[in-house]
Amino acid sequence: MTGIPEISIKAEKLFEIWHIPVTNSMLLAFVSVVVLLLLAWYLNRHIKLIPGKVQSIFELLIEQILQLMESVFGEREIALRYFPVITTVFLFILFSNWLGLLPIVGPVVLHGVPLLRGPAADLNFTIALAIVAVFAVNLFSVLALGIRKFIGRFIHPKDPIMTSVGMLEIVSEFVKIVSFSFRLFGNVFAGEVLLLIVGFLVPLFVPLPFLFLEVFVGFIQAFIFAMLTMVFIAGAVAETEH
Amino acid sequence: MSNDQYSMDAESVKSLAIAAVMAIGVIAPAIAIGWIGSRSVEAIGRNPEAGSKVQTAMILCVAFAEAVAIYCLVISLILKFV
Repeated sequence: MTGIPEISIKAEKLFEIWHIPVTNSMLLAFVSVVVLLLLAWYLNRHIKLIPGKVQSIFELLIEQILQLMESVFGEREIALRYFPVITTVFLFILFSNWLGLLPIVGPVVLHGVPLLRGPAADLNFTIALAIVAVFAVNLFSVLALGIRKFIGRFIHPKDPIMTSVGMLEIVSEFVKIVSFSFRLFGNVFAGEVLLLIVGFLVPLFVPLPFLFLEVFVGFIQAFIFAMLTMVFIAGAVAETEH
Repeated sequence: MSNDQYSMDAESVKSLAIAAVMAIGVIAPAIAIGWIGSRSVEAIGRNPEAGSKVQTAMILCVAFAEAVAIYCLVISLILKFV
């Protein structure tokens, strides 16, 4: 096949800022952050008691997420405590995935390399988010339960059976990082490759259902990342009954 | 009779490996997701009030089962592109 598009797992480097390489996925991640900040600033500036259209959408979103969190955590107060982290993760991944579907991502080229690339299609982005999420889960556990109970989950000095359970718990924390990052990376990168190949084979009309699929997958993966983080936080801060 | 005519070259084996990893790797997750879906739909049918709780748990379980299939996909992609 001639002209088959170049696909690389590694995100291509665009330029360096003081010896730190900036890749095309980093660039789109920054754009996504700027879009989120602008949205937040606009909403904050034009906040009203009777909401306009944009504010209504976000109020609806916040209410839905809080209801879901309340059903997992039990109390509204606890849900409000962990709401910012989880919603930030959700919105960041959502905007990154959806911005990565714009037609400008791909054709615009700088030094022979695409200028923009979906951030979640870069393993660095997903591993970083996974580390942040798992670290946040353990940090919240320490803050809520105290450091003695937190270490007591992993190290059982007198009980031989529970010692191996504790060791498995430690390993499972690292497995969570791998599982979070590869789930998001696999879904988004595979979707990108699929869109490239389908667009190369039949450029007219046929990519449409695949684009719909990618919009859906982008939303679902952001939702699953945030929800799994929430479920792990709920499990880690739950007071064990004595 | 040399042995060369009975061996495949590295490129062909690599292509076969890429296809085989995916083909075999998605059997179990597919069955698992089907099971999860059928049980949860049954549960919703038996108790429509608990519908949203069952749905949330179902989405969570499907995500875990699908992650295993995604691991296979990542292995295939690495074999193909690296």
